[in-house]
Parts: sequence; C-alpha cells; structure tokens
Amino acid sequence: MPVSFSQVDNQYDVIVIGSGLGGLTTANRLAYCGHKVLLVEHHHRLGGLSTWFKRRGHIFDISLHGFPYGMVKTCKKYWNKAIMQSIVQLPNIVFDNPQFTLRTTFDKTDFTELLRSHFKVPEERINSFFATVAGMNFYDDQSMTTRELFERFFPGRSDVHRLLMEPITYANGSTLDDPAITYGIVFSNFMNKGVFTFEGGTDKLIGMMTDELEKNGVTICTKAKVDKIITEKGRVRGISVHGTTICAKAVVSNSGITNTIQNLTDREVYSDAFLEKADKIRVNTSSCQVYLGIRQGDRIDDVGDLLFTSKSPEFDSEELLDMNTKSKTFSLYYPKTRPGADQYTVVASMNSRFEDWANLDEETYQREKQSLVTRTIADLDKYLPGVKGKIDWAEAATPRTFNSYTLHTRGTSFGTKFEGLDISRSIFKEVAGLFHVGSVGIIMSGWLGAINYGVIVANDVDGFLRA
Amino acid sequence: MTSEEIKDLILEIIEDIDDEADFTSLDADQPLRDQLDLDSMDFLDIVMELRKRHKLQIPEEDYPHLATLNSCATYLEPLLKDA
Ligand SMILES: Cc1cc2nc3c(=O)[nH]c(=O)nc-3n(C[C@H](O)[C@H](O)[C@H](O)COP(=O)(O)OP(=O)(O)OC[C@H]3O[C@@H](n4cnc5c(N)ncnc54)[C@H](O)[C@@H]3O)c2cc1C
Repeated sequence: MPVSFSQVDNQYDVIVIGSGLGGLTTANRLAYCGHKVLLVEHHHRLGGLSTWFKRRGHIFDISLHGFPYGMVKTCKKYWNKAIMQSIVQLPNIVFDNPQFTLRTTFDKTDFTELLRSHFKVPEERINSFFATVAGMNFYDDQSMTTRELFERFFPGRSDVHRLLMEPITYANGSTLDDPAITYGIVFSNFMNKGVFTFEGGTDKLIGMMTDELEKNGVTICTKAKVDKIITEKGRVRGISVHGTTICAKAVVSNSGITNTIQNLTDREVYSDAFLEKADKIRVNTSSCQVYLGIRQGDRIDDVGDLLFTSKSPEFDSEELLDMNTKSKTFSLYYPKTRPGADQYTVVASMNSRFEDWANLDEETYQREKQSLVTRTIADLDKYLPGVKGKIDWAEAATPRTFNSYTLHTRGTSFGTKFEGLDISRSIFKEVAGLFHVGSVGIIMSGWLGAINYGVIVANDVDGFLRA
Repeated sequence: MTSEEIKDLILEIIEDIDDEADFTSLDADQPLRDQLDLDSMDFLDIVMELRKRHKLQIPEEDYPHLATLNSCATYLEPLLKDA
C-alpha cells in the first residue's frame, strides 16, 4: 500500500520521481539490487500514462492498444512470470481507408504476404525492405528520413507508405520527416510477431507491479508532487515536496526530460553547451481520446481488436493532427479483455496538438469536446451499425487532460523527438547522481520502450551507487 | 577465479536470465548473442549481475569484450583474480 508523505523517511539511496512504466521499472530493479528506494508520484495512482479510469461500471484503458511481442521477455526478466503470462495476442488488426481495406495479424509473415498479393510489390523488394529496417541501430546515420526510406523502396506508392506508417504514427507520434532509424527500430519491434495486449487490463498490470515493488521493498508515496530536485556543488542532494526535503544519493526523474530541466532543476546547474542542446528538444504531439461504454447487458459484434480508420484520401501526418481529423484508431475491448466481467468498451484515439486546445475558453472547449464525441460515434457506426443506442457513457480527453494528469510539457503523449535521447542519457554527466528515465527519442517510448529504458537507467544508477 | 570458473559464472548468470538457455552445443569462440539468442538487454543484465556479485564496474566501451565465452574469460580474469 502506498504510504502518506508524512510516513516517508528522510534519507534514501535513490528517489524515483514519477511512476510511469519507466519509473516503476527503475525503482523495481534498484530495490531488487538491494538499494533503499523511494518512489514519489503526484497522481493518486501509479502507472503514469499506463492508466485507466472507471465510470458507471465501465473501466476505460488509456494506453492499452497494443505493444510488441518483446514485452513477453521483458516482463519475465524485469517483473515476474505471472505478469508475463497475462500477455496475449490481439489477432485482428483492421485497416480501412479510401486506398485499401484489409485485415492482418500484423506480423512479418502476414505483412509480406499482403504486400505481395494485395499491393503487388515484388517479393525481393519486400524482403530487402524488411532486412534494411531490421538492421537499423540508434547510433546509425540519422540523415535519411522515413519519407526517403519509403521512396527508396516503394517509390510513388502512397498506399504502401500508408500501410507502413499509419500504425507507427499512432504508436509514437512520429512522422515521415523523422529519422528513418527511429521508424526502423520501432517498426521492426512491432513486426516481430504481431500485436499484444495485457489480459486483465491496465489496472491488473499496475496492481501486479505494485505488489512486486512492495515485495522488493520500494517505499511508494502517491499524491506527492515533487517541486524541486535539490543539488549542491554539482551533485544531487535530494528532493523537495511541499517544502519538505528528502535526501538521497541519487535521484531519477521520470518526469518528462523537458520538465526535469526547465522546472525541477535550476538552469545554473547545467553547462551552457548542455542547455543549448536541451533547449532545442522538441516534444512529440499529444492525443485526443473518446471513451465509449456499452450498456450492461448489450453486446457488440467482434469487428476486430484494433481498427486504423480514415476517410482522408491519402496518409498525411498533418491531417492526422487536425482537430477535425478524418482519421482515428478504434480499440475494441470485448469481455476477453477482462475475463469474468461481461463488458464492452471502445476507445477512439487521435493524435493532436496541444496548441489547438490550450487556449480555448471553457465554453468553446466543452463544445469542441462534445463535437469530437459526436463525430467519433458517427464514424464508429460504419463498423458497428446502430452502436449509438447501446452507448451509456461517452467522454473525451484532450491534450489538456494529458497535460494535467502527467504534467508533461504540452501534454506530450510520446515523449520527445530523437534529440531528447542524448540529453536524457547525458544528464548525469552534468549533475552527479541525477538521472532521467521516460519516453525520449521516439525509440525509448511505448510500454516496451519505457520498461527497457527503465532497466538501462537502473544499470547506470546501480553503477553510480556502487562506485 | 580461474578461467574455467569465470566461464561457469557467466553461464550461471545467463541461465538466471533465461532459464531455457541451452548450452549443449555452445562454441566458446563464437558470439554468445547468436548462439543463445541474447539481445543487448541481456548483455546489460550480465553487466549488472557482475557488478552486484563481484563489485565489478564494466564501462560501456568494454562491452564488446563480453562477446564470446572465451573473450569473457580473457577480459575478466585479471579483474577477478582475487575473487
Ligand atoms: C493516448 C495514448 C495511447 C498510448 N497507447 C500505447 C499503446 O497502445 N502501447 C504502448 O506501448 N504505448 C502506448 N502509449 C505510450 C505509453 O503509454 C508511454 O510511452 C509510456 O507509458 C510512458 O512511460 P514513461 O515512463 O515515459 O512515463 P509516463 O507514463 O509519462 O509517467 C510519468 C509520471 O511522472 C509523474 N510526474 C511527473 N512530474 C512529477 C512530479 N514533479 N512529481 C511527481 N510525479 C511526477 C506523472 O504524474 C506520471 O505518473 C500511449 C500513450 C498515450 C498518451
């Protein structure tokens, strides 16, 4: 059970600020290695963006749309076998847009077959594309963009570009203008063996992770917002929460990297060269979501697990971000999501810009949210005719919602662009004992990226503490 | 530790990481990565375990020395001579 702030000791080996999957994993690994760890989270529950909420008997998952197969090995090694055993495949991924409509298991074999038979791409070209992206490393040359990569292999084939890019844009907010290596690394991950989910829902996963953290001795404190990371003579000393100082040899911030540098620390602690680079970090875009609950006792047909839908003639990163975008994904949660509970929910997700929503006055804001809900239900009707009559709860979240729950700069859903990785990896060279973990650089994001990054950072911190 | 003991230690750590790892046809001069299906995260685990068990700090630039079982032994022998 999380403890209240008054029960927290005044000295730890490590304090982890924030309980996203990155922060949770770093805390767990360090406690497992024998360090005394405090985990502090501003929200009342753990998980960060990996979260859920309840309304009128429905449970809505925020970021449980799908993750790569790599989660199986990662959860087994860095959490426990029970968590690993709850990972199951989402077998029906659907694309529906003016250029093509198809259903896939979203693995390399099926994609190769689709590209060959449906899109008529020669087999050796498909294979050489897969080989090229699979061979990409984060330290490779980043001058080639994803657009150039696609043009090289599939010139003029905007339909193929759409098939390859649309899911990744939803998965991490990247565009055709981001470095091809980020695309290659993320796409190869997903193309491993299909798309997977956590049976039992996000609430079950975070509950199991909380048990594991407590077993390993992590002190967990929720509803505590860290105001400052305290440093002294180029070293970290601890944190300040509601005016109280807690000391630690190391502090790991799972707050966004831009937040960590701009708000949690004083600029004077960094070198000019570091700040010059840090100030150039671009955060990724944010999201809108619409949560739809199906009335208890009603049911909907199985029309697929994850639907990439669009009425836009071609794929266009800008169109996806528009407030009135014609593109959205639908995640359908059938009773199999939470076996035992006879529930159906639908979550629609869109990429979105914070700027479009931030400055609306309250009345316009509410009206825009309502029209987003209305448009979403109308779009869903194509796949589930008459669904409107079965919905007894509908609610929207916007970039403002994400910003207020996670405190992330401009409500970013997927951390930062590529340059954030280097800053996150080198912050400890600026302030001894200060580390960052969390979505950065496009590749270190998503559930799998955040957990793996948590392990990498735990290794750095462990090395520092034992030096 | 002798060279043989170091190899056993590495195999023991790998077994902890992956209880299904099969060492029967392992060639000590070939990369562990290819033979045991290890990824870069697994190598990080090996580094972290060595630090935990033997207080060894292996800098990132030395990770390539851990490529094969024999190269592990060669690299670690002087570092673990008193262990
Ligand atoms: C709408 C949406 C859908 C997504 N869908 C998927 C998906 O289907 N599959 C997938 O793999 N990924 C998905 N993602 C991405 C994935 O959820 C994230 O990449 C991942 O969960 C981020 O983890 P993180 O460690 O970076 O931290 P975050 O989850 O960003 O958490 C950071 C935590 O730090 C806390 N914090 C910040 N500042 C402070 C402070 N000063 N004091 C105390 N606490 C603080 C915040 O409250 C928060 O809990 C989705 C994201 C969004 C937004």
